[in-house]
Amino acid sequence: MDGDGRRLTRPVPRVPAGTARPAPRAARSRAERWRGDRWGAWLGWGVAVALPLGFLAVFFAWPVVSLVLQGFFTETAAGRELDLSGFAEVLSQERTWRIVGQTLAQALTGTLLSVLLGLPGAYVLYRCRFPGRTLVRGLVTVPFVLPSVVVGVAFRALFAPGGLLGWAHLEESFAGIVLALVFFNYAVVVRTVGGMWERLDPRAEQAARALGATPWRAFRTVTLPALGPAIASAAAVVFLFCATAFGVVLVLGGLRYGTIETEIWTRTTQFLDLRSAAVLSVLQLVVVAGALLVSSRARAKRERALHLTSDSVSAHRLRLRAGADGTDLVPALVTLVVVAGLLVLPMAGLVTRSLRAPDGSWGLDNYVALGTTGGRNALTVTVWEALGNSLRTAAWAALIAVVVGGLVALVVSRRPRRAGLRRAVGVLDAAFMLPLGVSAVTVGFGFLITLDEPLGLDVDLRTSGALVPIAQAVVAIPLVVRTMLPVLRAIDPRLREAAAALGAAPGRVLRTVDGPLGARSLGLAIGFAFAVSLGEFGATSFLARPDTATLPVVIYRLIGRPGAENYGMALAASVVLAVLTATVMMVAERLRGDRPGGEF
Amino acid sequence: MKLTTTATAATAGVVALLPLLAACGGTPTDDATGAASDTVTLVTHDSFAVSDDVLAAFEKESGLTVEQVAPGDAGTLVNQLVLTKDAPLGDVVFGVDNTYASRAVDAGVFEEYQPADLAPEVAAYAPDDLAGTLTPVDVGDVCMNLDDGWFEQNGVTPPTTLEDLAKPEYADLTVVTNPATSSPGLAFLLATIGAFGTDGWEAYWADLRDNGLKVAESWEDAYYVDFSGAGEGGQRPIALSYATSPAFTVSDDGKTSATSAMLDTCFRQVEYAGVLAGAENPEGAKKLVDFLTSAEFQADVPGQMYMYPADPDVELPADWQQFAPLADEPFEVAPADVAAHRDEWIEQWTATVVG
Repeated sequence: MDGDGRRLTRPVPRVPAGTARPAPRAARSRAERWRGDRWGAWLGWGVAVALPLGFLAVFFAWPVVSLVLQGFFTETAAGRELDLSGFAEVLSQERTWRIVGQTLAQALTGTLLSVLLGLPGAYVLYRCRFPGRTLVRGLVTVPFVLPSVVVGVAFRALFAPGGLLGWAHLEESFAGIVLALVFFNYAVVVRTVGGMWERLDPRAEQAARALGATPWRAFRTVTLPALGPAIASAAAVVFLFCATAFGVVLVLGGLRYGTIETEIWTRTTQFLDLRSAAVLSVLQLVVVAGALLVSSRARAKRERALHLTSDSVSAHRLRLRAGADGTDLVPALVTLVVVAGLLVLPMAGLVTRSLRAPDGSWGLDNYVALGTTGGRNALTVTVWEALGNSLRTAAWAALIAVVVGGLVALVVSRRPRRAGLRRAVGVLDAAFMLPLGVSAVTVGFGFLITLDEPLGLDVDLRTSGALVPIAQAVVAIPLVVRTMLPVLRAIDPRLREAAAALGAAPGRVLRTVDGPLGARSLGLAIGFAFAVSLGEFGATSFLARPDTATLPVVIYRLIGRPGAENYGMALAASVVLAVLTATVMMVAERLRGDRPGGEF
Repeated sequence: MKLTTTATAATAGVVALLPLLAACGGTPTDDATGAASDTVTLVTHDSFAVSDDVLAAFEKESGLTVEQVAPGDAGTLVNQLVLTKDAPLGDVVFGVDNTYASRAVDAGVFEEYQPADLAPEVAAYAPDDLAGTLTPVDVGDVCMNLDDGWFEQNGVTPPTTLEDLAKPEYADLTVVTNPATSSPGLAFLLATIGAFGTDGWEAYWADLRDNGLKVAESWEDAYYVDFSGAGEGGQRPIALSYATSPAFTVSDDGKTSATSAMLDTCFRQVEYAGVLAGAENPEGAKKLVDFLTSAEFQADVPGQMYMYPADPDVELPADWQQFAPLADEPFEVAPADVAAHRDEWIEQWTATVVG
């Protein structure tokens, strides 16, 4: 029985063995016909690599490196001098190591819990069918984009003495921070893993069951290994988000808890202590690079071609009662508890409060007020105008992120035969994850000192407003890559080989093999990019001009003012942002086109 | 072939986007076509606001177009100015306050300029080391606020002084913000240094700590979550806020306010404007500074920025006069001392209060 179970972990190849490895001679004769195209293909790949790299270099690496270097050089009478004494100083402080320890502990616990709770969620929301599924899928993404200042206040209102959860003493506690981190990152696991799970051919697992494996055993030996790359992918992203969490840790951690990120923020914005900030940035980079290395090792070990299918075939009706095929009761219950307790509860607090008018009665007054500039003119634009700005900016950001991120995913999804090329692809993959692991304040300050005349052009990008969508795209690109990559990588390379052997030019292979499958993840990628951009605050707040303030920026401003009307408006605006995000994610799901039968 | 086409199209797409993006972000500061002379760029923080008609009147009269850049909140503004000293973000800055001003002046961020006809009362808001370089535009007080209803209901006499806050009858009632991460928090730390001196303030904070002080990370956090006077379920009736805050808790009939400021606990913040060194349009910059001190702009300050105009001749809104007056004798610390000792004070504060 053991042997059977293990053999089943290797999915049945989609393409019949005969065509998968065609006779070399036949291939060569066909190949001659498109030899000319090969040069074109090389050129194409060259551009596909150069364009994203150029983008990352100008809008990420250059600003960040410039700022960090400023911390390592001191101005002396003799000119600029390299000064690395900051390392010894910062690394010998006990506080530094306490914060590094806290960062790692929070991030590891947050990641572990997000994955453990996210897996049942991915199963229920992507493998089962039930009424209202689309709505719940949209709902779980909402926390992901809520401004952290609002989430911080919402959670503190729950945790504070007198709050709904005041009895649990979660204020300024490790558990409170971890819960908030899971609140933000649950969606990342559910969507990344779910996106893969729903297209996994259920027949392998069904075969294992037919051969007598228990549902748990079939899951453990067949499904889980197949989901490995997606889980590793999601865990890496979640870890980076947790390790660099800022606003919510600042608010909930109080004086006792922090992350390297909050420390860099304090050192940079409050003390202008670039020397310590630079050392901390290097430390943060070490943590991030370590996480990326571990995750890429984990992925490489499990990476394999999978048999993907259309999700409308593989999803089944949610089974709450025990039947011949087992029951979904446990995952359904776990998901219910997480969604209701961890996601809906804090959000319900926001919604309820947003419906209480300044005079204490219930009504839509706060929403009506969104057409104004707030109590005593707290804003320079109305909230609806800010919403327009947000949508415009997010559309540009999503476009840039999907073009750049899509190219990266396409390049990285290939497994070149030459070891050197393969390594280069791995480096490219890791490089585009870095924006998630570098402090927004480092990027923001870096922009200020580098982009006054980018590439010698006489355009002050810092103040033109054009930088806002670009900065948001830099943050969204890693998510686009991570969303598209598992799906593109799961395409059996033999499919491409077969197509090529049958005479398809590289472009045609791309269009007919990668295209249809990749396109299914494209909708999700656009949705993610759009949502991230809608919620981005860190870098945006450095760049947004008063007349083009985005929704998170005006929310931040409203909540920074006294007065019941401003507070109510801030919460109403947050609810609008949340509803907008959920809608975007639901539309993105539709865009994937759940055509019955799919392409296979 | 197809791949090449796709990739080329993608490249062309992104390259084509860049200028479009620049356009969608609004007019670039100056198109290097000599338009610099009629555009002036104001660098400020996210709380700056001015009525449209007041600004339009200035633009019409001066022939200048005012561009605004707000790269963050008041706390980060000075650091951004220092970092961008060699390639300034604009021509004029507004919003540098007296807790940070010296750092920017010492770093050589500003060009010397002050309006010639500045009233002596206004000029007096700039201490000697800033005079001639920075122009006071508005002022405000950071003070402890009280939930008056709470004290009435519980039959407790409201505290009036800093010393009161350390007394047992006010145990567990006070919330302030962290001076390392919040600018009102820093202002209040400075108030205690002004009140108890450089060798007395740490003992005072130790007393506050032992009396059940709560420290929140940000103003919104302290005010909306912890302060009972905000009416959002908070449990503490004494919170750090501004002298203007009681004007926001006035009842519907306009006769009473639910909160009041403790005017003997205040630190005065002064916000300055200055011409940036290396400005592309220094003449326009000077005109803009003149405008910020003009009667028209000063009268616009209370309604737009929640601050008190530096010009003493401007009449304040009626509800401010009644519920939100300025402190008569706020505590003071010289900007030069703040610049010299700020980081050290914050570290000592952290050691004392957090342990």
